[in-house]
Amino acid sequence: MITHPRAEELVEAVAEWIDQIRPGLDPRNAFLGRVAVNALATVGRELAKGAAAEATAVARMSEVLGRSSNYDDLSGELCARIRAGSLTVETPGLLRALSEMAVAQLAIDQPSYG
Amino acid sequence: METWTFGFEGKRGPERLILRRRSGPFDPGAARSISLATEAALIRATGARGAPVPPVRHICDQADGLGEAYVMGRVDGETLGKRIVSDPRFDAVRGDLAHQCGRVLAQVHATPPPEGVVLKTIDGVSELDRYEEVYLSTGASRPILELAFQYLRNHLPEAAEPVLLHGDFRNGNLMFDPQAGLVAVLDWELSHIGDPAEDLGWICTKSWRFGRPDRPVGGFGDYADLLAGYAAAGGRPIELSRVRFWQMLGSLRWGVICLNMYMSWANGTDRSVERPMIGRRASETEADLIALLEEGL
Repeated sequence: MITHPRAEELVEAVAEWIDQIRPGLDPRNAFLGRVAVNALATVGRELAKGAAAEATAVARMSEVLGRSSNYDDLSGELCARIRAGSLTVETPGLLRALSEMAVAQLAIDQPSYG
Repeated sequence: METWTFGFEGKRGPERLILRRRSGPFDPGAARSISLATEAALIRATGARGAPVPPVRHICDQADGLGEAYVMGRVDGETLGKRIVSDPRFDAVRGDLAHQCGRVLAQVHATPPPEGVVLKTIDGVSELDRYEEVYLSTGASRPILELAFQYLRNHLPEAAEPVLLHGDFRNGNLMFDPQAGLVAVLDWELSHIGDPAEDLGWICTKSWRFGRPDRPVGGFGDYADLLAGYAAAGGRPIELSRVRFWQMLGSLRWGVICLNMYMSWANGTDRSVERPMIGRRASETEADLIALLEEGL
């Protein structure tokens, strides 16, 4: 990936700038500024952890479905088979796979949630 | 919806009042929420049964020229969940809050809907149908939400005698005082008729625990206290598994709402940065739903 600067650093720079101007904003925009900083933090975490999280999800979904493919395809089939009732909470390995995927996604979206 | 705070000098002397007013048009057929006149009538009716609610001072009519609106007295207290859950000012009263919530819900549920008030009736199936339709309309592919829909449909509780529900009984809509505890139940716009466990389950939904996942009731109390308070005020016995059914449906509902918030940004309805960020909160409900699916009801 490109360095000097890395994408993570661009995100960090914009977030810092918003934090600097926030005290001078009206209350509504100050709030939205905080939301924007949080959004950039999420982007930063996704840049750092997104690829690994997706690879884990693809591996877990492939195990459950017994075939290899990309994220969208596997996720779509998982949904379709749950919808059809052929996968349930009783299906061996399903809850564990979904749990691992949820934990990885939450670490990107909201690491402080609990 | 607009909320205005204002001072008023009348025969009773100076008063601090709140005006609640609808800014846009209201379609009672399509809307999930109720009219403001109905909201005011429910506040009065539940208040008469002992529930802590703000005093309704005036329901506006055409002569007032404000459109759909009503005026109520201002109640002091805290609604921010984070403070109620962790601020030392609430340490002394926090242990009693879940019991109080149970008592107040029993009072609300015992209130006969006032004459002339028409409310929608919602049960587990209709709620699942409604949110599944919204979920499908988003086009999202979320296996955990799919599994939660499937599981809840397979674990529907037996029909309960329908009662008047607040419909949005959770941190944010409840006003607490550091000494007195629960002093006002606010925001009645989602009130409807349904399973009493729906109101108990919604305040146990994990998204409103503000960093205290170990305290299932709003981040401040335990299931046992909520149910004991409910029974102490004459509420019919409710099984914990029934509360947890609605708690789980609460997480699912909030997850679908989060996805729909993102959709309102994606389709251009509201381009505020807040919307897509709420969309990313869907994953918190997925983590909560998986935990509930693993534990069972």
